[in-house]
Amino acid sequence: MAFELNRRSFLATGTAGAALIGLPGTLRAQESTPKVGGSLRIGHSGGATSDTLDPATFAAGPVVTAMLAICNNLMEIDEEGQAIPELAQSFEPSADAKTWTATLRPDAVFSNGQKLRAADVIASYNHHRGEETKSGAKDLLKQIAEMRADGDGTVVFELTGPNADFPFVAADYHLVIQPDQGDGTIDWANPVGTGGYVLEDHEPGVRLNLRRRDDYWKADRAWFEDVELRTINDPTARQNALVTGEVDAINGVDTKTVHLLSRRPGIQLIETVSSSHFPMPMMCDTAPFDDNNVRMALKHAINREELVEKVLRGHGAVGNDQPIGPAYRFHDPDLEQRVYDPDRARHYLKEAGQENLKVTLHTSNAPHSGGVDMAILFKEHAAAAGIEIDVRREPEDGYWSNVWLKKPFCQSYWNGRPTADWMFTMVYAAGAEWNESRWTNERFNELLLQARAELDQGKRAEMYAEMQRIVRDDSGEIIPMFGNFIDGANDKVAHGKVAPNRFLDGWKCVERWWAA
Amino acid sequence: MSPIVRMILGRLALGLLSLVLVSLVIFMAVELLPGDIAQEVLGQSATPETVAAFRAELGLDQAAPIRYVHWLGGVLTGDLGNSLATGRDIGSMIVDRFGKTLFLAGYAAAISVPLAVTLGILAALYRNSIFDRIVNVATLSSISFPEYFVAYILILLLSINTPVFPSIADFGRDPSLGDMLYRTFLPAMTLVLVVTAHMMRMTRASIINLMAQPYIEMARLKGVGPARVILRHALPNALAPIINVVALNLAYLITGVVIVEVVFVYPGLGQLMVDSVAKRDITVVQGCCLVFAGIYILLNLLADVLSIATNPQLLHRK
Repeated sequence: MAFELNRRSFLATGTAGAALIGLPGTLRAQESTPKVGGSLRIGHSGGATSDTLDPATFAAGPVVTAMLAICNNLMEIDEEGQAIPELAQSFEPSADAKTWTATLRPDAVFSNGQKLRAADVIASYNHHRGEETKSGAKDLLKQIAEMRADGDGTVVFELTGPNADFPFVAADYHLVIQPDQGDGTIDWANPVGTGGYVLEDHEPGVRLNLRRRDDYWKADRAWFEDVELRTINDPTARQNALVTGEVDAINGVDTKTVHLLSRRPGIQLIETVSSSHFPMPMMCDTAPFDDNNVRMALKHAINREELVEKVLRGHGAVGNDQPIGPAYRFHDPDLEQRVYDPDRARHYLKEAGQENLKVTLHTSNAPHSGGVDMAILFKEHAAAAGIEIDVRREPEDGYWSNVWLKKPFCQSYWNGRPTADWMFTMVYAAGAEWNESRWTNERFNELLLQARAELDQGKRAEMYAEMQRIVRDDSGEIIPMFGNFIDGANDKVAHGKVAPNRFLDGWKCVERWWAA
Repeated sequence: MSPIVRMILGRLALGLLSLVLVSLVIFMAVELLPGDIAQEVLGQSATPETVAAFRAELGLDQAAPIRYVHWLGGVLTGDLGNSLATGRDIGSMIVDRFGKTLFLAGYAAAISVPLAVTLGILAALYRNSIFDRIVNVATLSSISFPEYFVAYILILLLSINTPVFPSIADFGRDPSLGDMLYRTFLPAMTLVLVVTAHMMRMTRASIINLMAQPYIEMARLKGVGPARVILRHALPNALAPIINVVALNLAYLITGVVIVEVVFVYPGLGQLMVDSVAKRDITVVQGCCLVFAGIYILLNLLADVLSIATNPQLLHRK
C-alpha cells in the first residue's frame, strides 16, 4: 500500500477500498452548485458544559466552529493551505518583513450594523495580549511590539522581529475580530461579528444555533439558512447520529469503525492528510537522552509502517522524525525516509556505550486515543534492537499538567500549525515554552531567524529543508506518523475541495458547505 | 408533637449535617485531583503566565480552607455561586439540567414501578409456573447487561435497523410533551430494563415470604381466592420493603444515569457534573453533589415515613 505523500488534501485515503467507496459521493457533491437554503446539523466533538465564547480560552470544539462562522479573521487558510485575505483586503510587509500593514475591507459590516474599523481589530488582538490575559494565543502575539490605526481602514503591526509568515498568524482561530466597545475591549459574551451567521442560541456543552445573515460581505459563502452544532463527545453516539440522520455531518470519525461507516449508503467520508502528529519527546538535557547516539538508536528502533497500519488503521502516513509533513508548503520531499533498522540502532547504542539501554516511556491515551497501543508496539520493536522500554501508563486526567514537559520520555500530540516557522518556533526553538524535548541546536536556531525574515520563497525553501534535516538527525523528537482528519457527512450536504488544516474544512464548513 | 413529625424533623436535621459533610468530602476530593481549573481549561496551551492570570481572576490563589468557608457561607444564604469556568450562575444551570434529569427519571419510573410491582405480584401469584420463570429470566437478564450495552442494542434495533425512535434524546428548547416523550423513549426504556428486575424481585420475594404466615393460611381456610389473598392480605404488609427498594431505584434513576446520558446525548445533571469534574470546576461539582445527596436523603426519608405509615408497628421499637 502506497501512502500518497501529496501535500494537498484528498478524499478517503488510506486504503484503496475506502477511496473507491468514498469517491462517488464526493464527486456528486462537488458537481452540485451552491445555492442559498437548507439547514446543516453538525455532531461535534470537544464541547463541554464549561464552554464559553471567550476567544482567549476556546479550543477545538463546536464553539470555535461556530465562532468562525459568526466572525472573520484578517486572513483565512484556504483549501490549499495558503493564507488568503479575509477582512484584510491586503496585508503587506515592509522590505524587512518587520512592519505589516493591513488594509481593511470597506464593505465588512458587523451584525449590529456597525462598520468594521481599525479600532475593532486592535481591541480584538489586545484581548490576547498584556499581563492580565489568559489567552492561548498570548505567546503567539508576543511578536507584536505595537499596533496602531492609520485612519479607520488601516492597521499597522510593528513586530519585534521580522516574520515573513505573519499573515498566517492573523488566520489563527483565536484572532477573530469583534467590535471595540469604545474602551478598547470586546464583549465576547455577546458575540457580534462580520461573518455570515449570527448566534441564535447557545447552551454550553449541548448546542449552538446559528442563523444566516442576508447582508454578508462574501457573496460566495454562507449558504445554509440555519445551522445547528450539537455537542456529541462519544464517538459511537456521533456515528449513530449520522447514520440515523439526526445530524448531517460529524467530525473525528473513529478509525476503528470507519470501514463500517463507509459501507453505509448515503454517507460520504471526508478525509484529509493533515499535519497532526504523534511525537514522543526525549529530553535532550537528561541522561541517557543527552547523547544523540541514544536518540538515533531509538529513532531507528521503531517500525513506523506497523504503527500506521495498526494504530491508525492505515488512515495516516509515516513520519520522518521532523514535524514538517507533506501538508506544509516548505515540506522537503527529498529528505530520505528513516526506516526500521534494529542493526543500525544497535550500532548507535554501541557508539553511546549503552548496549543494554533501559528507558521508561510515559504513555497515556490523553495525547491521542492510540497512545498506549503505540507505546506497547514500540516496546516490541525496540526489543529487537536490544532496547528495553518500560511502558508506564499515566492517568489521562491531568496528563498535560503532570506528565508532559515533566517526564524525560513521554508522548505528545500536535495538530500542526499553518507554517513551518510557526511549528518550529513553538516546539523546537531554543527557550520555547513548549520545547518539549529541551533541544537546542545553534545552526537550527540561526536558520530559524534567517528564514523567518526572508521574503524570497526559493531561499526560504532551502533553509527549511536544511532545518528539517537537522531536526530529523539531532532533535529529541521521535515522530513516527502523521494522522488523517476524517469527517463524515450524509448526501444532503455538498462541498468543494476541503482545507487540510483542521477538521470540517478547516473548521469553516458552516460558511463553505451548502445543501446538495 | 406526634412521633412521626418528631422523627421527620430529626431526620431532616441529620440530613443537613450529612449534606455539609458530603460537601466537605467532595471539596477535599476535588482538591486532591491533580491539576486545577486553570490548567484543565487551558490544557496543552497552559503556560505559567496564563495559568497564573487565570487563577488570580478566579481567586484560586487563596488557600483551600478559605475558599471552602466562602462557598459554604454562600450556600447557607441560598447562593450556590458562579461557575469557575463560565461565570454563569450555578443555581440556574442546575435547575435547568436537573429538570431534564427529573423528567427522564420520572418517565422511566412511571413505566418501571407499576410494571415491576405488577410483574412481582403476578409472579408471586403464579409462583414456579412458566410465567414466573420467564419473567424472572427476562428481568434478570436485562439487569445483568451493562447499561451502555442495553442502550446500544436498543439503538441498533429501534433506531438503525427499524428507524422508529431517534438515537439522540436531546429535544432542544420549548418542545411539546409528545416530542419529549418520543425523543427520550429509548433512554427511558434502557433505564426501565435496568431497574425493573430489582423492584420486581423484591415484590415477589416479600409477598412469597408473607404467604407462609399463619394469617394468610387463615384467610385461605376462610375460602378467600388467591388474587384477593395477595392483594388484600399480603400486599399491604409487604409494602414497607417494596417502598424501600422503589426509593432506592428512584434515587438511582436520578443520580446514576451518566452513561445513558452520554450514549443518548441527553444534557442532564450527570453530564454537567462529569464535565465539571474534568475541568475541576469545583463550585459546580459541589452544587451537583449537594443536589444528588439531597435527593438520596429525601427519598430515604420518604421511604421511611411511608413504611411507617403503612405499618405503625415500626414507630414503637421494642
